[in-house]
Amino acid sequence: MLIIDCPYCGRRPEIEFTHGGEAHLVRPPQPAELSDQDWAAFLYMRSNTKGIYAERWRHARGCGQFFNALRDTTTDHFLSTYKSGTPRPVVNTTPSEEGHS
Amino acid sequence: MSKQPFSALSLIWRAASRHRSWQPQWRKAEPKKAYDAIIVGGGGHGLGAAYYLAKEHGLTNIAVLEKGWIGGGNTGRNTTIIRSNYLFSESAALYDHSLKLWENLSQVLNYNVMFSPRGVMMLAHTVHDVQVSKRHIHANRCNGVDNDWLEPEEAKAFCPPLNIDSNIRYPVLGAALQRRGGTARHDAVAWGYARAADAMGVDIIENCEVTGFRRDTAGAVLGVETSQGYIDSRKIGVCAAGHTSVVLQMAGVSLPLESFPLQALVSEPIKPIFPCVVMSNTIHAYISQSDKGELVIGAGTDAYTSYTQRGALHINTHTLDAICELFPHFRRLRMLRNWGGIVDVTPDRSPIIAKTPVPGLYVNCGWGTGGFKATPGSAHVFAWTMARDEPHPINAPFNIERFRDGYLIDEAAAAAVAH
Repeated sequence: MLIIDCPYCGRRPEIEFTHGGEAHLVRPPQPAELSDQDWAAFLYMRSNTKGIYAERWRHARGCGQFFNALRDTTTDHFLSTYKSGTPRPVVNTTPSEEGHS
Repeated sequence: MSKQPFSALSLIWRAASRHRSWQPQWRKAEPKKAYDAIIVGGGGHGLGAAYYLAKEHGLTNIAVLEKGWIGGGNTGRNTTIIRSNYLFSESAALYDHSLKLWENLSQVLNYNVMFSPRGVMMLAHTVHDVQVSKRHIHANRCNGVDNDWLEPEEAKAFCPPLNIDSNIRYPVLGAALQRRGGTARHDAVAWGYARAADAMGVDIIENCEVTGFRRDTAGAVLGVETSQGYIDSRKIGVCAAGHTSVVLQMAGVSLPLESFPLQALVSEPIKPIFPCVVMSNTIHAYISQSDKGELVIGAGTDAYTSYTQRGALHINTHTLDAICELFPHFRRLRMLRNWGGIVDVTPDRSPIIAKTPVPGLYVNCGWGTGGFKATPGSAHVFAWTMARDEPHPINAPFNIERFRDGYLIDEAAAAAVAH
């Protein structure tokens, strides 16, 4: 089980959280003006990165807040968690032991 | 067919010679400089596609490139359940095509894939489940797929270990039974296709990872860069399951896929006790007994995308809670092994078997948590698509454009879970 560092509550077990999919996807401001191709890309296309991946989590059985995390999908090590609305942090690519599952 | 066809006589003859005359069932091939077609991914779907390309389309100068060893990915990691009772007509056509191929596969390949149509029973636990199950049964029958409704006592008669007590957390209110469904031996499917394809001249190249694509100025594929050097081919089919995104990104193709860990586990082996396959979508567990005697148990994916081929123990614990409630006999059994595979999931939980925007590049992916049952059918229509550069009528709806055009085949909504 993953141990996830909620930016509001600290380190908690994975079962308190729900996964919110890829982070930093911005809803187009004028959906009606998009082509079908671009709208499908917004709805369905995901980077599905093998490596360092920015994703959303929600501390559903805790504070209820959404936040973002950087996780290495080849090891499941978390590199960073950060509040929604803040930019993706630059991290060195060596996975830290912090948040080790 | 192989130089050493299997039969009762050949077994007796080789037993008499102390089994010293058996040869390897397929060659260890080295890559040639060029092939008429290349399949990336040596699982059941890829090996099957190579077999049907050679058998039905006359393309024998082809290679299957496998990063690890054949059948070592999801083909060797699944719970081997075979059924075709899908809601939508497009899915029913695809999965029933596959089921019909399963029925004769051992004879066709001259290799015992141990297909066992022991019946797949899907439980209903709520009024809503009962209504949805009956709707499925009617839809299946309209599509020529067998499916019967069983009352709880009938379900118990079909599967005696089942607990139909009305006082359990999720009481059994009935079940939908597809009698033609069942299980097969997962490794044998990969080996059987590999052996039969090899006998027709297909090169099966293990430990050969694709690291890039070469394309001409018009964008069409010219060949693949691999860990064993460059190989030329104008026709490349990708059957890379959970790693499809990774492979296709090298060719600049994006697909609506996310890769999740899916776990399974087996118990210690016991004497035959479990005569069929039982699934429950509501409490999300499925179980059957292998011919070795192990109970084979699976459930839903982990919550997050990952490529680690492992998952969290609480997912298995949750599944076992459900199994112990439905089958109280099994509470004292010990579990022997658990493992994970990486499954590529589409937004509508239906596969993609299609041409890509890159000329000469084809993809067979998005099977999510239910690809094993489709192995022969998927391989058959994918080979057709590659050979003729146009989809077979069965896989035409399973294109990439459906996400743009809104023609989803929404089995995700139909089953309410990944299936």
